[in-house]
Amino acid sequence: MSAALDLLSVVAIGAGALFYLAGTVGLLRFPDAYTRLHALTKADNLGMALVVIGLLPQVGSLLAALKLVLIWLLVMLSSAAVSQLIARSARRRGTAQ
Amino acid sequence: MTTVVTVVLALLLLALAAWTVVARDAFLAVAGFVVYGLLLSLVWVRLAGIDVALTEAAIGGGLTGLLLVRASAKLRPTEGAARAERPGRPTRLLAAIMSGAVAAALALAVLALPDPAPTLAPEAIANIGPLGVGNPITAVLLAYRAMDTLLEAIVLLFVLIGVWSLAPDRAWGGRPGPRYNADPDGILAFIARVLPPIGIIVGVYIFWVGADAPGGKFQGATIIAAMWLLVMMAGLADAPPISRRLVRVLLVAGPVVFIAIGCAGVATAGAFLAYPDGWAKPLILVIEFALMPSLALTLGLIMAGAPERTEAP
Repeated sequence: MSAALDLLSVVAIGAGALFYLAGTVGLLRFPDAYTRLHALTKADNLGMALVVIGLLPQVGSLLAALKLVLIWLLVMLSSAAVSQLIARSARRRGTAQ
Repeated sequence: MTTVVTVVLALLLLALAAWTVVARDAFLAVAGFVVYGLLLSLVWVRLAGIDVALTEAAIGGGLTGLLLVRASAKLRPTEGAARAERPGRPTRLLAAIMSGAVAAALALAVLALPDPAPTLAPEAIANIGPLGVGNPITAVLLAYRAMDTLLEAIVLLFVLIGVWSLAPDRAWGGRPGPRYNADPDGILAFIARVLPPIGIIVGVYIFWVGADAPGGKFQGATIIAAMWLLVMMAGLADAPPISRRLVRVLLVAGPVVFIAIGCAGVATAGAFLAYPDGWAKPLILVIEFALMPSLALTLGLIMAGAPERTEAP
C-alpha cells in the first residue's frame, strides 16, 4: 500500500514539475503578454495541483493535508486574479507586445 | 540530494544579488530584490530558522518589496534623466571598492568564527520554564531581549513619521496615497472581498501560535496590513486621514503599553522590562495583544504612503 502511495507521489510530483517546466519555457519563449500568461497559469494551476496531490499521501496528519489543500486553493485564487489584472493592464496600456 | 538543493539555492541567490546590483532599470532591480527575499526565506527554512524565514518572506520580500515597487513607479518619469547623469568612473570605482571591502570584511568575520560557533541557545532553553512560552524565539524577543523588540516597534513609528514627512504642506493631515478607483465589479474588488477574511484568520493564527511555534506579531501584523492594503487598493475602503486622533492613539498604544509594563518592572522586579515571578506569561500576552494592532496599523500606513490628499474627499 505504501509503495503504491509512494509511486503515486513520484508520478504526480514529476508530472507537476513537468508542467512547471513547460510553463517556464512558455513564459520565456512566448511572444506577448497574453500567451505568456496563458503558459504561466498552466504551471500555477495544473503544476501546483499535481504537486499537492503528490504530497497529500506523504503528510502525516489530516490537518497538514487540509493546509496543503488550502494553500493550493489560495494559489489558484490569487493566480487567476493576478493574471486577469496583468492582462487587463497590458491591454489598457497597449504594451502586450 | 539536499546538498544539491542547497548549492543550487546559494548559486541562485548569488546570481539574483548580482542581477539586482547590475540591472539598469530600477523596476527590474526591485523585481530581482523581491525574488531574492523569497529565495532567502527558503534558505532560512533550510537552516531551520522558520521564524526568520516567515519574517523574511513577510517583511523582507513582501513589505519592503512593495515599498520599493512604489518608489520605482514614482521615479519612473525621471529615471531617464537620472541615468543620463552617470557618475564618473572614479566615483563608481570607489563605490565598487567600498562595497567589495564591506562584503569581504563580513565574509572574513563569518569564516573566522570558531567551530562550533559561540551560542547562547542552551541558556535560552534552560531558562525558558518560568516564562511559560514554548517558542524560544518568543522568549528571546519578549523576555531576554525585550529591549530590542521595544526599540523595533518604536523604530517602525519613526519610519512612519519619515514617510509622512514627505507630504506636501497642503496635504498634511490628509489621507495617504492616491484614491483608488478600481472597478467595483472587477476582479480586484472580488479578490479584496474574498481574501481578507482568510488573510485575517491566517494573520491572527500566526500571531497566536508565536508563543509556542514559529510565528509572531510582526509576521501576523504584516499579513493583516497587507489585507488592509488590498481593500484600500480595490477602492472598497479609504485610508484614514493621518490627523485623526483615533489613528494616532492606536499607533502609539502598543509601544506605550510595552513601556508602561517595562517601567512597572522597575518597581515589581527590580529592572526595566523585567517581569515579576509567575507573571511573565500573562504580561507577555498583554504586550503582544497591545502591540499587534499598533504594528498592523503602522505597517499598513507605511505602505499606504505619504498623505497626498486633503481631508475633503
